[in-house]
Amino acid sequence: MKPGGLSFEQAPPFSVPLRFFLSAPLFALLAALVALWQGAEVFDSRWSPATLAATHLLTLGCATMAMAGATLQIMPVLAGAPIAQPRLIAALVHAGLCLGTLSLAGGFLFGQPLLLESAAALLGATFAVFLGAVVASLARAPLANIAIAMLWLAMISLATTATLGLWLTASRGWGIALPAAAMRNLHPAWGLLGWTGLLVMAVANRVVPMFQMTPAYPLWMTKRLGVAILALLAAWSTAKWLDAGPFVLAGTAALALLYVLFAATTLWLQQRRLRRQPSPTLSFWRAGMACVIAAALLWTGAALLADAPPALAVLLGVLAIVGAALSLINGMLYKIAPFLAWFHLQSSGGAGRQVPHVKHYLSDRMQQRQLWLHLAALALMIAAVAWPAVFARAAALLFGASALQLFANLVAIAREYRRQLGLLAAAR
Amino acid sequence: MASIGDFMSRGHKDCDEAFARAEESAGKDWSATEAKFNIFVRSMQQHLAMEEDVLFPAFEEQTGMSGGGPTETMRIEHEQMRRLFDEIQQAVTARDANQYLGLFETLMLLMQQHNLKEESMLYQMMDEVLGAQSADLIGRCNALEPA
Repeated sequence: MKPGGLSFEQAPPFSVPLRFFLSAPLFALLAALVALWQGAEVFDSRWSPATLAATHLLTLGCATMAMAGATLQIMPVLAGAPIAQPRLIAALVHAGLCLGTLSLAGGFLFGQPLLLESAAALLGATFAVFLGAVVASLARAPLANIAIAMLWLAMISLATTATLGLWLTASRGWGIALPAAAMRNLHPAWGLLGWTGLLVMAVANRVVPMFQMTPAYPLWMTKRLGVAILALLAAWSTAKWLDAGPFVLAGTAALALLYVLFAATTLWLQQRRLRRQPSPTLSFWRAGMACVIAAALLWTGAALLADAPPALAVLLGVLAIVGAALSLINGMLYKIAPFLAWFHLQSSGGAGRQVPHVKHYLSDRMQQRQLWLHLAALALMIAAVAWPAVFARAAALLFGASALQLFANLVAIAREYRRQLGLLAAAR
Repeated sequence: MASIGDFMSRGHKDCDEAFARAEESAGKDWSATEAKFNIFVRSMQQHLAMEEDVLFPAFEEQTGMSGGGPTETMRIEHEQMRRLFDEIQQAVTARDANQYLGLFETLMLLMQQHNLKEESMLYQMMDEVLGAQSADLIGRCNALEPA
């Protein structure tokens, strides 16, 4: 224990996380445009070029973009040790993620090996920088606690996901043979159940009781669930690699069960909250948790089928990525961004001038509007899996509208922040 | 032996409950809201006093850290909270529900990230550094005059 190492230095400048948060919905919009262009094909199979492009625009450009920004932001608060050189790291990671994701999506969409090769190089470097910065900060943390442990697990998962992804990309780009076909399934599993899922759990453990004043998660769940999931992921991956059918099934069921347990517990806690004020973020969380349960059950069900139709895999992607990951991220952005605006205005002084409260930067009404767009888009995407020819473009349009509204809402926060900053400067 | 962390975390829970009650009736029953808000502020001021008058000085003395240490950030955020209490009081006087709820949301976010730092880091350190004195320190916290 090193008391001298404990530093609650104020958060990195607003621009550090803000660039990530503003970029994320733009990549979602891009995914919508790809789906609009390509139409029904996007929902036919998870392997079609357009689907691969759209999937990675969402998972990398939107989800990982937001999660990386939030991680850089939260490190001083959770780990008591800030990221060294936050501005430089943020600039490098953000630029790398943007260019790398665009290259990757382009490579898939247009079948260009050169784009895939660039993507592999860019994303490889980006993740190396990001993981290096975060791990260095975690290693410096003056104390051990559950939040830090969970972040370690999430980083291990991200490293695994990225390594698998790079290998897969390199295989397509340079024609290198894959050691096992199973890698194509290991990559999304580690990305969703590991990187995304464990980071969500690390965050949920704190913010679910925090935002709505719910009871705490059961202690055994807080302490054991993360490690159990990582261990099961490793075991499942081994079974998948070795094509050991019964063990794969057992691993699938066990992982699904743990996620259902987590999501059901979250919903139950939220039901018992002290704060009864309506909250768009709460609605996003509830939708997200419902989709976690649906996705877990679907995954297990599909694993039991000898010959699962390709549409099930697409549905799984829609539920897990759009329904779960993006819903949760969307909800969190509406808490984080207004708070950071308020916090940074407070910190920049302003003697005698009141800084407007958090709801001033973005009204509940605008959040609610985007929530409805998001849920409607999700419903149409599910319908598009069943009837691609009928619903694909409508789903794409609605999802694009939702992404655009989210972007507009975040821009509104940033704009108001700048305006207030100007007023504070003038008042001095 | 009671730990400082357990004792103060319970205090956070009590303040959370008072917070939720004070937020509930805003815009509907102002006299009830005002009464509940006053109860909430008293709980908070008492909790903040425990930290600023008893625990932080003991910690700072034991570790030799005051300026630039973790307690400095905590003190700054306490001041931000007190400023918000004043602004909320103005909203109560003006019977402005939107302002009241907006400020409450702001206070919640500030309080909760503040409590997060205390519960995940600072209290643990206090228990390690001040462990032998914890019973005495808790006693002194309980003996503080109500705000």
